[in-house]
Amino acid sequence: MESRSRHFKANAAASLANPVLQANLKTAKGKFVDKRAIAIKEIDDFEGSREAAKNIRNRVLENLDLWLEKFEETATARGATVLWAKDGDEICRLVAEIGQRHGVQKAAKSKSMLSEEANLNMALTAAGIRPIETDLGEYILQINDNEPPSHIIAPVVHKSLDEVADLFHQVHKTPRKTEIQALTREAREVLREHFLTADMGISGGNFLVAETGSVALVTNEGNGRMVTTLPRVHVVITGIEKVVPTLEDLTLLLRLLPRSATGQSISNYVSVLTGVKTPAELDGPEHLYFILVDNGRADVVGTEFQDMLRCIRCGACMNHCPVYQTIGGHAYGWVYPGPMGAVLTPLYTGLENAIDLPQAATLCNQCGVVCPVMIPLPELLRKLREKQVEKHLRPWFERFALKIWARVAASPPLYALGSWLGVRYLKWLAGGQDRIPVLGVAPGWTLGRDFPAPEGETFREQYAERQGKR
Amino acid sequence: MRVALFVTCLVDLMRPRIGFATIELLEAAGCNVIVPAGQTCCGQPAWNSGDRAAAAALAKKVIDEFVGSAYVVVPSGSCADQIRNEYPVILADEPEWHARAVELAGRVYELTDFLVNVARIGTLPGNFSGSVTYHDSCTGLRSMGIKEQPRDLLAKLPGVELKEMDAAEECCGFGGTFSVKFGEISAAIAAKKCGNACASGAGTIVGGDLGCLLNIEGKLRRLGDETTQVRHIAEVLTAKN
Repeated sequence: MESRSRHFKANAAASLANPVLQANLKTAKGKFVDKRAIAIKEIDDFEGSREAAKNIRNRVLENLDLWLEKFEETATARGATVLWAKDGDEICRLVAEIGQRHGVQKAAKSKSMLSEEANLNMALTAAGIRPIETDLGEYILQINDNEPPSHIIAPVVHKSLDEVADLFHQVHKTPRKTEIQALTREAREVLREHFLTADMGISGGNFLVAETGSVALVTNEGNGRMVTTLPRVHVVITGIEKVVPTLEDLTLLLRLLPRSATGQSISNYVSVLTGVKTPAELDGPEHLYFILVDNGRADVVGTEFQDMLRCIRCGACMNHCPVYQTIGGHAYGWVYPGPMGAVLTPLYTGLENAIDLPQAATLCNQCGVVCPVMIPLPELLRKLREKQVEKHLRPWFERFALKIWARVAASPPLYALGSWLGVRYLKWLAGGQDRIPVLGVAPGWTLGRDFPAPEGETFREQYAERQGKR
Repeated sequence: MRVALFVTCLVDLMRPRIGFATIELLEAAGCNVIVPAGQTCCGQPAWNSGDRAAAAALAKKVIDEFVGSAYVVVPSGSCADQIRNEYPVILADEPEWHARAVELAGRVYELTDFLVNVARIGTLPGNFSGSVTYHDSCTGLRSMGIKEQPRDLLAKLPGVELKEMDAAEECCGFGGTFSVKFGEISAAIAAKKCGNACASGAGTIVGGDLGCLLNIEGKLRRLGDETTQVRHIAEVLTAKN
């Protein structure tokens, strides 16, 4: 997917000015945040579980190459083919080749964020393979002229029921329906035909289990099972960081993932898929391929940003983020929105291509405290800001202002003079009022609020006066 | 008990009365308060902007200026966190400075935490009367554990009625330089905070960090709310009717 992260500010302004989106974001926030808060209470020692999950993920990342080799070995032993993709283009090439080898004309897809990274649907279409998104949210986006998702687990969370009703009416050419049940039935009827006629199923993978060579899928709609069992070819596309050592490890992560994501104790479906169909089995794919993708991940291993690779893609960070809640996911401009996206986008697409994202956070750390694998997201955002400064990527006026400020703050006499002048200037601007409606030195502040006026003399002045009198 | 006051640059510039209220509270708790004269800023703006060198220079300046007192008290959870939790990180590569940062970290406190858990203040100097709602500032809450302390102190004032708002722990949208770099987003988040605070029905919004309070007050006034008061916890605890 081509990044539009460079246009973050314009994207965000558009989001703020869109009343339908604002209403939709408000509804979504309540659902995610409140449900999670209830669901995590079911676990006796939730904090201890987070700690354990963090350790499992760290254990993998410390020897990622070895765990991947182990996975390749066990998966291959069960009849799967493990392929490696360096970037999005390689994903597209590999999937097209697999399609051609097996005479595939139609591919049914369950949700895969990697396929969004790679822009896979476009490549498949060009290769003569028709991709059909079968996750309801992704399906809605696909029939809406391939709109990008705005959330990693609820891709269409930015849309209202009315918007979906209009879309179905236009695209399916059916009478307009406004009941959710009627709309999902309509989607199901359209999709059923595709499930039965697809030659290839494409899925993501929530986890890869090294000891068994399995892929674990966490889904709610049942489409994941159809996609992975009905077609004769199944292609799993997932990031190299998704491997976990054992099934035992998987069970712990499965306790945390749905609770953190949707506030469910367990998702409607949890599938652990291992190997190709054996002669004794009635269903399952005859051919199983794993495409394990780097696309920037290997470069993060061993760096100060490695903690980010623990991410299990639950979306809790964005659900709880005051900025995401206010502007939605599209503003972030690439596949991953919210705090995790603000870290991943610059790491995967280049620091200079997502200059605003690490800055567009209040560092409130709500993301950090809800993250099920304890990723210190604000710390990583701050480190990215440090990288921006090191590489001279910040705008000149910001660098200039910071330099002046640092010089003044380091020198008590300069600071005394600067603050003396500063408060008098602000007081003058206020013109006898208790507020300043337009602040020339920091115009961003007064775009949407006033700036309260200062008292008029600094603390150090007043304190010196009082000390003099004593 | 000798206590050094770290005023914070925002209080110095914008609301000196918070600094004096802090001194009054510390003296009421039996402390001998000193105010190191050369102090400026803790360096958090530099650190959060990614300027490690400037942050380190200011960290060293603060460490030098605040030797010798039993405690350092800060009327801001966020600035106190910078000194207690970030200085040792900033200076991690300089063993001598790191040791001094750790030593300082052991005696730096946010104001309400200090009053409740260290000085164990008895009677408060104020007699504020009215309904209040408390906004939990992010860094104070999530990095310094400031939650019950201000409420315990408010509970000592018989005239205070605490009306908790929905989502008191959610960010007000200030975020330091974020409030200027992304002013529209910041103000939109502030609007939600103002909505929750006002819905509590309290006449005064109270908090422990001036940045958040300026943000909330500025948004309230822009929204046309001329009546809801916004006060630092130190002001409320020392207010005389």
